[in-house]
Amino acid sequence: MIITAIFFYLFAGVCIASAIMVVTARNPVHSVLFLILAFVNAAGLFVLLGAEFLAMILIVVYVGAVAVLFLFVVMMLDVDFAELRQGFLNYLPIGGVVGAVLLAELLFIVGAWVIQPGAPKAITAPIPTTAGMSNTLALGLVLYTRYVYFFEAAGVILLIAMIGAIVLTLQHKPDARRQIISRQVARRRASAIDVVKVKSGQGLP
Amino acid sequence: MYEAIVFLPLLGAVIAGAIALIGARNRHPGEDPPPPHDDHAAPLAPEHIHGAPAPEAVHAEIDHPGLEKDETAEPTAGSQAAELITTTLLAISWVLSCFAFVEVGLQGHDAHVTLFNFITSGDLKVDWALRIDPLTVVMLVVVTTVSGLVHLYSIGYMADDPHKPRFFSYLSFFTFAMLMLVTSDNLAQLFFGWEGVGLASYLLIGFWFHKPEANAAAIKAFIVNRVGDFGFALGIFAVFLLTGSIAFDTVFAQAPSLVGKSFHYLSFNVDALTLICLLLFMGAMGKSAQFLLHTWLPDAMEGPTPVSALIHAATMVTAGVFMVARLSPLFELAPVAKEFVVFIGATTAIFAATVALVQNDIKRIVAYSTCSQLGYMFVAMGSGAYSIGMFHLFTHAFFKALLFLGSGSVILAMHHEQDVRKMGGLWRKIPLTYATMVIGTLALTGFPLTAGFFSKDAIIEADDVVAGTMASYGFIMTVGAAALTSFYSWRLIFKTFHGEPHDHHHYEGAHESAKTMLVPLVILAIGSIAAGWPALHLFTGSGAEEFFRNSLMFAPTNTVLEDMEHLPLTITLAPTAMMIGGFLVAWQFYIRRPDIPAALARDQGVLYRFLLNAWYFDRIYDFIFVRPAMWLGRLFWKGGDGFVIDGFGPDGVSARVLDVTRNVVRLQTGYLYHYAFAMLIGVAAAVTWFMFAGIGVH
Amino acid sequence: MTIGLGHYLSVAAILFTLGIFGIFLNRKNVIVILMSIELILLAVNINLVAFSAFLGDIVGQVYALIVLTVAAAEAAIGLAILVAYFRNRGSIAVDDVSLMKG
Repeated sequence: MIITAIFFYLFAGVCIASAIMVVTARNPVHSVLFLILAFVNAAGLFVLLGAEFLAMILIVVYVGAVAVLFLFVVMMLDVDFAELRQGFLNYLPIGGVVGAVLLAELLFIVGAWVIQPGAPKAITAPIPTTAGMSNTLALGLVLYTRYVYFFEAAGVILLIAMIGAIVLTLQHKPDARRQIISRQVARRRASAIDVVKVKSGQGLP
Repeated sequence: MYEAIVFLPLLGAVIAGAIALIGARNRHPGEDPPPPHDDHAAPLAPEHIHGAPAPEAVHAEIDHPGLEKDETAEPTAGSQAAELITTTLLAISWVLSCFAFVEVGLQGHDAHVTLFNFITSGDLKVDWALRIDPLTVVMLVVVTTVSGLVHLYSIGYMADDPHKPRFFSYLSFFTFAMLMLVTSDNLAQLFFGWEGVGLASYLLIGFWFHKPEANAAAIKAFIVNRVGDFGFALGIFAVFLLTGSIAFDTVFAQAPSLVGKSFHYLSFNVDALTLICLLLFMGAMGKSAQFLLHTWLPDAMEGPTPVSALIHAATMVTAGVFMVARLSPLFELAPVAKEFVVFIGATTAIFAATVALVQNDIKRIVAYSTCSQLGYMFVAMGSGAYSIGMFHLFTHAFFKALLFLGSGSVILAMHHEQDVRKMGGLWRKIPLTYATMVIGTLALTGFPLTAGFFSKDAIIEADDVVAGTMASYGFIMTVGAAALTSFYSWRLIFKTFHGEPHDHHHYEGAHESAKTMLVPLVILAIGSIAAGWPALHLFTGSGAEEFFRNSLMFAPTNTVLEDMEHLPLTITLAPTAMMIGGFLVAWQFYIRRPDIPAALARDQGVLYRFLLNAWYFDRIYDFIFVRPAMWLGRLFWKGGDGFVIDGFGPDGVSARVLDVTRNVVRLQTGYLYHYAFAMLIGVAAAVTWFMFAGIGVH
Repeated sequence: MTIGLGHYLSVAAILFTLGIFGIFLNRKNVIVILMSIELILLAVNINLVAFSAFLGDIVGQVYALIVLTVAAAEAAIGLAILVAYFRNRGSIAVDDVSLMKG
C-alpha cells in the first residue's frame, strides 16, 4: 500500500506541477513539453487505477498525436516569445478568488460526499469488471457490443475532424503541377498518336 | 316675432361668414394665404389704418407715410351681397324691435318665448327662453338702432377693405350675441350672450390681424374681460348654490328670503346677497371697463371705428349696466354692494375724465369719455335709480355712437390721420360732420334740451338725494367729472375743426364722406336731441314705475325717483354750470390763447405724463400681473414640460435605456478569455448555490 | 495510507481549476488556451476513470475513451482554425483576437 501511495503522490504532484508550468511558461514550446509531461503522469495515475489500456491509449493518442500536433503548430506559427503579461495581475485577484472558491467547493464536496446506497446496483447494471480479465479485454467486451454505436460515432467524429482540418488549412499552391487524372483517362488515340511515314536515314522534319 | 328679432342677425352673420369663407377659398385655393404686402417700409402697418399712438411717447411720430390701399388684395367676391344682406336683415330686426317697443313697452304686453331645453342635469334645469319685458325692449331698440346704423356706416367706411364679408359677419354675430344677452331669461343664457359679445369684441378688435398691436389689444380685451367673467361665474355659482336655480323668475322670487343669510367660506361669514352682488358686479366691471378693469378699452381702439362705435360705445360696454339693472331685485337687497357700485362708478367717472384731458388720439379721447359715462351709469344704478341709469344708457348710445362715427368720418377725411394735433380748421372742409359732432358734443356735455342734458343731470340729481358718505363722494365726483367732460369734449372739437390746420397736405385732401356714412350721422344727431325730452316721463319720475313694471325692482325704502323731483335749484343747475365753465376754459385754451396748453404741459410735466399714461395703470398691471404670469408660464414650459415631462418621460426613458445598453455592451469585449471567465463565474455560482440549497434529491 | 477515491478526485479538481486558470489568465497566445482545454478534458478523464475503478463499472472507462477521441478531434480542428486565423490576421496574441467585440 505504501508503494501505491508513494507512486500516487509522485504522479499527482508532477502532474499538477507540470500543469502549472503549462499555463505559466514563457516559451510556448516549453508549454507543450510540460503538457506532454502532464499527460504521461496522468497515464501513470490511470495505471494505478487499473485502467492500463486507457493509460497506453493516453500516451499514444494524446502525447503521440495531439501534443505533437501542438508542437507542429507552435513551430509553424513561429510565435514570439511572450512578453510578460501586463494585464495578468489585473485579473489575478478576482480570477484567483473565483478559482479558489471553485476549487474549495470541489474539494469540500470530495471530502463530504456520500454514495447513495442504491447507487452501486443502479449504475452497475452494465457489465462489471470480472476478475482475471485484462482491462483491454473487458473494454472490448463492452465496447463492441453494447456501445458499438458510440464507437462508430466516434469514428465518424474523427473522420469529420480530419476532413475539417484539411478544408480549413489546405491551400493550393498556384504553381504546383499536378496530374489531372480525368484528362489522362480521357485521352484518345487520335489525339495522342500521330503515325508518320519516315524515310530511312532522314528523321522527322 | 321676437325670435326673428334675435335670430335674423345670426342668419346674416352666417351668410356673410359663408361668403367670406368661400371668397377666401377662391382667392387662395389650397394654399396658405400670402403674407401681408409691406408697402411702405413700416413693418407694423401692412394694410390699413394705423392704430392709436403709444401713450408713453409724448412726441411720438405717429403718421405713417404713404398709406395707400393694399393694391394686391382684391375685394372678396360677394362683398356687396354680404353687406347688403346683413344690413337689410338688421333693418328688419330694427323695425320689429320698434314694434316690440310699442307692444311691450307702451301697451304692456310682456312676452315670454321658450325656445328649447338647454340643460337638464340634476337640480339644474335651464331653458333657452326669450324674456321680453320693458327693460328688454329698451335695450332691443338701442342695440338694433345703433347696430343697423353702424352696418350702414360700415358700407362706406370699409369700402376699401378687401375683407368686408368677414367684417359684416362679425358685426352681425355681435348683434346676435348682444340680443341674446338682453333677451335672456336665466343667468346661463346671459352668460352665453356675455361671452358671445366678448368673443365678437375680440374678433372685431383684432380684425386687422396682420397688425401686432391689434392682436395684442384683442387679447388684452379678452383677458381683462375674463378676469371679470371669473367673478361673474362665481356669482352665478353662488346664486345656484343658494337658490337652487338660475332662472331669473325663480331667483328673484327667492331673493327676499336670502336677506340676512350669511355664506360660510373658509371660516369667513359674509352676507350672502352682498357676496353674490359683488361677484356679479365684478363681471360688470370687466365688461363695462370700470376702474381697475378698464385697461382694455383704450387699446380696443385698434379696431375699425365702426366697431368702436357699436361695441365700445353703445352696446357691449353697456351690457354690464344692463346686467345690474336686470338683477335689480338682488341689488336692492344688498345695500353694501350698491355702495360699492357707486364708489366704483364715481371713481371711474373722474378717473377717465382726467385722463381724457390730455389724450392726443381722437378715438382715445372718445373712448375715455365712454369709460367716464359708464361710470355715471353705475353711479345711477348704485343709487337705486335704475331707470335713470337706463335712461342715460339710452341717450348715451346715440351721442356716443355719433361721436365715434363722426370721428371715423374725420379720420377718413384726413386720410387715416388720428392725431388731433395734426388736425385743425376742418369745419370748412367737412361741414356736415362738423355739425353732427357739435350736436353730439352738446348732448355729451349736457347742454339744455339735448338728450344728454336730461339723462346726465338726472343722474347727478339722483345721487344727491341718496344719503350716505359714498353717495356724497359720488356726487362730488360726478359733478367734477361733468366739468372735465365739457372741457375735453370741446377741446376735441376745437382742436379738430377750428384753428389753423397743422397738416396742410392732409387738409387739402379732406372731403366730406360718402352718403352711406353721413346718413347715420344725421340720424344719430337727431336722436341725440330727440331721445331726451320725449322719453323723460318713461324713465324718470312716477312714469318710470309704470313703464318698467316688474322688470326693475325698487325696494320700498327706495324713494330716489320721487325725491329727485324736489331738489333745490342749485343742485339741478350745478351740472349746467360745470358745463359752461368747462366750455369757457376750453375756449380760452384752444381758441384765444393756444399757447397755454403747451406751456402748462411743460410746467406740470409730472402731472401731464401721469394723466397721459392713464395713471400708469398699464405699467402697474404689467409689473404685478403680466410679468409674473409670463414667468410662471415660462417656468412651467421650460421646467415642467421641458425638464420634468420630457426629461423623465419619453426622453428620460429612452435616455435611460441607452445608458443601460451602453453599459451592457461593455460586457461584449470580444476576448474569449473574458467570456470563459464569465462562464467560470457562472459555474462557481451554480456550484455554490447547489451546495447550499441542495439539488432537491436527498 | 490508503489512497481513496477522494484523492483522485482532488487531483482531478486541481487540474480542472488549473485548466480554467489557463484559459483566462493567459495573455500570451491562443495555443495556451487550447492546451488548457486539454488539461480540463484530462481532469475529466481522471475523474471518470477513478469512479469507474472504485465503483467497479467499466462504463466509466468506455466514456473516458470516447472523451479522449473527441478531445483529439477537437484539438485538431481547433488548431486548424488557429492556423487559418493566423494566416489571415498575422497574430495570435490574445489581445488581438477581439473580432467578436460588440
